Amino acid sequence: MLAYISKRILLIMPALLFVSIISFSMVYLAPGDPAEILLMSPEGSPSPEAIDAFRVRMGLDQPIYVQYLRWLDNVIHGDFGYSYMSERPVADAIMKSFKATLKLSFVSMIVSIVVSIPLGIMAAVKHNTIIDDLCRFGALIGVSIPNFWQAFLLILLFSVYLDWLPVAGYGDGGDLKHMILPAITLGTSSAAVTARLMRSSLLEALSQDYIITARAKGLPEKIVIGKHALKNALIPVVTILGLNLGFLLNGAVVTEWIFGWPGIGDLVVDSIYQRDYTVIQGSILFIAVIFVILNLIVDISYTYLNPRIRYEIVD
Amino acid sequence: MSRLEISNLRVLFPTDDGLVKATNDVDLGIEEGENLGLIGESGSGKTVLGMAILRLLPKDARVEGVVRFNGRDLLSLREEEMRRVRGREIVMILQNPTSALNPVLTVGSQIEEVLRLHKGVDKRSARKRVVELLKMVRIRDASKRVRDYPHQFSGGMKERAMIAMALASDPTLIIADEPTKGLDVTVKREILKLLKEVTERKSMLFITHDLASAAEICERIAVMYAGEILEVAKTEDLLDDPLHPYTEGFLNSLPSRGLKPIRGIGPSLIDLPHGCKFHPRCDHATEVCMREHPPMLQIEDGRQVRCFLHA
Ligand SMILES: Nc1ncnc2c1ncn2[C@@H]1O[C@H](COP(=O)(O)OP(=O)(O)OP(=O)(O)O)[C@@H](O)[C@H]1O
Ligand SMILES: [Mg+2]
Repeated sequence: MLAYISKRILLIMPALLFVSIISFSMVYLAPGDPAEILLMSPEGSPSPEAIDAFRVRMGLDQPIYVQYLRWLDNVIHGDFGYSYMSERPVADAIMKSFKATLKLSFVSMIVSIVVSIPLGIMAAVKHNTIIDDLCRFGALIGVSIPNFWQAFLLILLFSVYLDWLPVAGYGDGGDLKHMILPAITLGTSSAAVTARLMRSSLLEALSQDYIITARAKGLPEKIVIGKHALKNALIPVVTILGLNLGFLLNGAVVTEWIFGWPGIGDLVVDSIYQRDYTVIQGSILFIAVIFVILNLIVDISYTYLNPRIRYEIVD
Repeated sequence: MSRLEISNLRVLFPTDDGLVKATNDVDLGIEEGENLGLIGESGSGKTVLGMAILRLLPKDARVEGVVRFNGRDLLSLREEEMRRVRGREIVMILQNPTSALNPVLTVGSQIEEVLRLHKGVDKRSARKRVVELLKMVRIRDASKRVRDYPHQFSGGMKERAMIAMALASDPTLIIADEPTKGLDVTVKREILKLLKEVTERKSMLFITHDLASAAEICERIAVMYAGEILEVAKTEDLLDDPLHPYTEGFLNSLPSRGLKPIRGIGPSLIDLPHGCKFHPRCDHATEVCMREHPPMLQIEDGRQVRCFLHA
């Protein structure tokens, strides 16, 4: 197992290197000279001397590969450089935003799981009945309503009309009250797909021979479904839950923006608007790393759920 | 005394193409301690018959008739009562052990489950008993292999594990569906020997299309064709002197007897032939065979055949 994990980590390295090149050079593909844009002020264009001085100060006068290697070296040591705008360390900004996103993702995942798994199981067990149709209808609504629209509806109902919850904001360090509406928005949108997968995966498991064996043993239906079928059916569901978490952790840009949630999505959007290149580079690389790590975790947990894969790895 | 008495058992599956008549008015009895072989070509309804006894068919299946087991009609029991019969008094060993074992549970825990459910034993003694059972079906290193998952077992070992699972609750009737299919000759021999040994004082319905296997461990054999029983006889009688043309054809198609297949193919179960269901493929068919459905004829003691040739 340990050998498997180290092998996986080794395989990740080239991917990360590639991502780092992309995220670093992306900035240079965008039109305009960063120095000129950054030094632009209401009084007009900056003087050529000021631009040169800024470039030297930021190391932008060096050849691009030197800049990249220097940046990479710093990044490896946890130093993402300084924001052009706030002049504060980029790593601090990323960490602060990530903490906010992490909180929201966690609660959204709980909402998503609590909604999707029971609904999916119910739809499968009662398949081709009115209950199944209702679940299907609910899921259809869930996937077809865009997040921004659902967010506005929730705000209208719970904040404007009923006045139970705040419209937006981070509140006191991201309290639950401020988290409820964005978490419902994010949680329900991924719940729709997860519930459908749970249903089809459980139906598939229920059609297998080992289910007949379980029934032939005289086991009550709740054990046949809850143990024999569900244990198999959850394998693909865990994969999709992991992917969902990946999308949440990388900042659900629109939802974070609507609810004024200072997460990583918010940070990326802001830094793009402000051409804050070091922040863009840093946060994109960070997002990629999170995605890759999460994928690894999903793969490892997958092997625990599925003995056939676990033993292939050991062999 | 009859352990199991099946009368007029009929299983119908409504499908988009029409009604599939999987078994038609099957009458069959198994005596206490007897091994009855059920042979027939693929699709003749053997598995459906076995599953109908334990009411394991899908909900949309229409099952009619009487299945009397120790005096009670299983088809009219309530579901909870039926659950106490399943796995406790009657067990079924499914056709394909690779798909019949749950891939994400260890072999040991799948056997343990039966003990905990029907024998009311605690976890520790159940564990011990599982190892004993695995030893009994001759799995080497049983105390280690209990923790294995099914995919770590060979085909023969999976079949042995299925047998161990079947024996766990000490049932009175075992329905074994093709337990030797896909096994090589030596493993097949051993499995048959094992089955014969463990069913010494039990009844067994042994489903197979391998007549040689059935002959080895069954006292009587029933021949099934298109959902119908065509002949029932003591094993020696059936082998030495088959009465039904289908049985004769079946014997002649065996490698040991010349490998001569019966001409034609089995009928559609949706659109069964009129009269005798075998007549389109029968060399002895006469006009009456096409017109009338032959009744089951009683020939001497316990021998039955559904053919006008013997009327
Ligand atoms: N759920 C079902 N719906 C419709 N038809 C079915 C269903 N289950 C079985 N059948 C049909 O019933 C017939 C008998 O099937 P069965 O599995 O009993 O055959 P078998 O004699 O066991 O064959 P084999 O030797 O291949 O196992 C087949 O034609 C099959 O297609
Ligand atoms: Mg079969």
